[in-house]
Formats: sequence, C-alpha cells, structure tokens
Amino acid sequence: MQLNRVLVPSLAGLFFYMNDKLENIKKLNITKPLLLDCKQTVSNFPLAYETYGKLNENKDNAILVFHALTGDQFVSGINPVTKKEGWWNAAVGPNKAIDTNKYFVICANVIGGCMGSWGPKEINKKNNEPYGLNFPVITIKDIVKSQETLLEHLGIKKLLCATGGSMGGMQALQFCVTFPNRAFSAIPIACSTSHSAQNIALNELARQAVMADPVWDNGEYLKKNVQPKNGLAVARMVGHISYLSEKGMQEKFGRKLQEKADYEFSFNADFQVESYLRHQGYTFVERFDANSILYITRAMDYFDLSRQFDGGLVEAFKNQQTKFLVISFSSDWLYTTKENKETVIALNAAGADVSFAEIKTDKGHDSFLVNEPEFLKTMKGFIDSMHTKFKNEKRV
Amino acid sequence: MKKEFKAIADLLPKNVTVLDVGCGDGSLMNLLIKEKKIKVRGLEIKEEHVTKCISKGLSVIEGDAETELNQFPNQSFDFVILSQTLQAFYNPEKVLKDLLRVGKYAIVSIPNFGYWKVRTNLLFFGKMPVTKTLPNTWYNTPNLHMCTIKDLFNFCSDKKIKINKIIGLNENKTSEIKKSNLEIKNLFSKIGIFWLG
Repeated sequence: MQLNRVLVPSLAGLFFYMNDKLENIKKLNITKPLLLDCKQTVSNFPLAYETYGKLNENKDNAILVFHALTGDQFVSGINPVTKKEGWWNAAVGPNKAIDTNKYFVICANVIGGCMGSWGPKEINKKNNEPYGLNFPVITIKDIVKSQETLLEHLGIKKLLCATGGSMGGMQALQFCVTFPNRAFSAIPIACSTSHSAQNIALNELARQAVMADPVWDNGEYLKKNVQPKNGLAVARMVGHISYLSEKGMQEKFGRKLQEKADYEFSFNADFQVESYLRHQGYTFVERFDANSILYITRAMDYFDLSRQFDGGLVEAFKNQQTKFLVISFSSDWLYTTKENKETVIALNAAGADVSFAEIKTDKGHDSFLVNEPEFLKTMKGFIDSMHTKFKNEKRV
Repeated sequence: MKKEFKAIADLLPKNVTVLDVGCGDGSLMNLLIKEKKIKVRGLEIKEEHVTKCISKGLSVIEGDAETELNQFPNQSFDFVILSQTLQAFYNPEKVLKDLLRVGKYAIVSIPNFGYWKVRTNLLFFGKMPVTKTLPNTWYNTPNLHMCTIKDLFNFCSDKKIKINKIIGLNENKTSEIKKSNLEIKNLFSKIGIFWLG
C-alpha cells in the first residue's frame, strides 16, 4: 500500500477538478416526480447524459445504451472528463458495430452514479452537504425509470434498440419489462434476470473494502474533501479479478515478475498481476466516488425481475413485442452462459421473439468491452437487420 | 438440398408458426418467410451458423436439440421441422417425442439408407456408402442411427405416432409414399419427408 502515498495530496484537489469539469456536460433536470422502490418520491434532480450521431427524421434510429457498474455516459471517443477512451469505444462510433454515422446513440449516467447524475456525492439542498448515506437506496428499476424521462425529453417514442452489458444488460431487460413496446429490439449482454449469490458476495466484498477504510467515515468523507481511496481501490481490484477468466489471466500474466529479475522478498508488487491490480485500483479512485460503488452494487444485488412479478419470470416477459438477442461469453464466470440461457428460456416460455448466441472467448466477463470480433459482428448484424425491420414496421 | 426445402415449404400452410430445429445458415427459414409468410424461429448448435442467421435478421437460439428442446413450452409452434438430423442424435426417440410436444405437428426428413445406390454400395463394393445425401465416411460421420424410410415408417407405427403424409424425394421428383408403395419408394427415394402428429 505504499505505492499510493503519492496520490494522497493530489486527490482532494482532483475531485474538485472533476466536479468543475462536470459543469459542462449535458444534464436534464428531471422535474417529473419519481417514486423510488424504497417508497421515497423524488423530483428536481439532474440526469447527466451524452448522445452520439443524429436522430433521423423518422426517429427510427435511436439506440439507448446502458452502462455497467463503473461506466458513465461517455460511451465513445474520448471521455471529456477523464481524457481516456470511452468505455464502449470498441463497439460504438463511426463505422463501428453500433455505427454512429447511422444511429443516434444515447447513454445516461445512472442515478446513484458520480458523473453528473443525481448521486451520493451531489449536494443535498436540505442541508447544503453532500448526501453521503442520506442518499436513498436505489434499484435498477429506479435507474431505468429516470432514463425513460430522458427519452421523453428527446422526443423518442420507440427505440430501435436498448442494449448494455453486465449491469447495463440488466437495465435493458428491466427497461423492456417496465416499458413494454418502447424498444423495437433489445440486446442484453452477459447478464441475468437476478443477481446470483456469488455476485452478491463479490459486491459485498467490494462494499466491505470501502467501509473498512477509516477515511470512509460512515460515508461522510466528502465533507473533508477526501476519498477512502485505499478501500475503493481494493473494491476495484476485486471487480477486476472477476472480469477476467482464469485462462485469460494465466495467459496474460502467468507468474511473470514486474520489471525485476528476482523476488524482492517484500510485499511490493513483485508479480505483474499484482502490479496490474494496483494500477487498476488506484487509477479508478481518480474518477469514482466510493459511496457510488456502495449504492450501485446494492442496486445490482436487489435486481430480481421475477420478484417484481411474485416469482413469475415468465409473467415478467408476458406480451413482449420486443425482439431480443441475448449474448453470453463462454469464459464469463460472473454471468455464466447458463444464467444467460435462463433469460432465454423465460423469454421463450413467454412466447417472446428471442435469439441467443454464446461467443467462444477466453476474455471472460470483460469480453463485451474489448475488441471481440465475433461478438461485434453478431451485434452489428442484429442491429442492422432490426433497423430494416423497424423502418418497414414504421412505414406500414 | 434446395429441392428438399422446397418440398417442405410446399407441405406447410401459410401463416403458421414454425420452429426449425438445426436450422443451419437459415436458408429454409428464409424460404418459409418469403414464400409462406411463416413466423419462423430456429435452434442451431454451431455458433458460426447462429451468428450468420442473426445477421440476416432471423431469430435463432444457439443450443443443442438433444438437450435443449425443453426450453420451448408445449405446443408452442404449429410445426417443428427437423431436416436430416434425426439420425445424428444419441436418442432419436426422445427427440422425436420432444418435437411433437413442442409442435402440433413435426416435419422430419431423413437421408434414406434404403436408397438403391446406398444398398448397392454396400452389397457390391462391401464399403459403407458415401453418396450425395450421405457425404461422410464411416469414421467421421455424425450419423449414429442411420435408418430407411421403411424403418421410420415402422417406428412410427410401433410408437403410435400418427403419419399424416410422407413425401419421397428423388433427383428432381417428389412423390407421395403410402403403405402400398412403400417397398418401391424405399428403394428409389434419396430423402424421405415425414409429416407427423
């Protein structure tokens, strides 16, 4: 943990710098009251979003992308806040699988997040302090409902496609269930209809890491302009392990040492894999809020579509007109092919139109974020063919 | 192959729902959509075929018919089609019963092992037959349970599976097969198409 000592002085300043940047991003102030699952009603809160490409005259080319746990609205190109590549740059952009020359791509930062949308680091107008743990516990359904308001604002009655991977896939499923017939097609990628015990356990590990950091201070750290970065970094490391496959990790790192010929007989990062995790952990704290991790992982854990319908998953998908493409990755142990197939089975049982493909890859859960040609080709083919069908439907 | 698909399409009424089991690259599915306005879905085991179908806008699920037909509810399709793969399953009887559970009717086609060229191959040359409809050699064939039109006919009688119609396919000709002409058609048909249920 010595590695990060250099970060300490700069961190508070950095956070303010980020907040400064956040002033310039697109935000919709949601005035329509939103009844949250926790029974609180909220209104007058910001939803930060970004769009790519142009909405055509017939409004038949809109694709809503939902981001995953640590993502944000900056899907493609360079993220203006972090100055790094957008999280789905591999898939979204001009001439890419989701071609922004043809399609109008929308992505909003989830509520509970920290890229400008209403979240625990925002100022609570009641006491002029950051919400911290006074922020309400939100759900995937709450997240999706807030984004539907954005579609209204943009004048989009029906999406060509709703898509996302991991937690983004859960949102895509929830969107179709909560707003039937608002999407012509949907691609839930590497996700499930409810969070498994293993996934809840991993999320709990991440939360415990944050909460075990004394700087966290019951979520009050922002009042002192600090971040519990050690805890947050460990939380991120847990995530990173779960995003790779055993084989992929072995091939990438093996037992290779980090820029040294022999063991140091210390607890510094001797192995490349250690160095990788530390790097991932400590770059993450520069762009993310620790309380957001707590809230968003909780939203994932609470996700259970069948529970919303008294245990009936088939009931959840009843009367779906949306055309689904479910995609899983063979080496994903976080959201396994078996879990993705359960979604397919339920959709089938409900009589929905569903396709399913398992992409064979060693890249684990992360496969949807990287350049995985077979995956991108499948997604592109589906969206393009759906666009043709959607145009025809609109014409009729 | 095209001829067989045409014959299957001719058997089907318009505007029905169909599940194409082992749909391959989706050629039959496309034909059914175009010619009969049929609402068709596919089940296919090979990833490359699945992604090809999806790119064509066809609804296809990647999966193994041997074990994954259970995901489809009872009688959820008017017709379930199984083209030339019955003989490749470990348990064809179970698959056939599943087809008739999922569909009101099943259309099952088989490469006929009773075709005269197949018979003479074995009889005169003493070798396992390799023909256009049976292109694999003995060591790499996926076919575990080869049968003849007569075999499947008898099987259906034994298992009390109703046969509505059988079409025999030769080079360019299709003809109806009945109990009365079974022996001769079993000798001269390359492919048998059974409408069951």
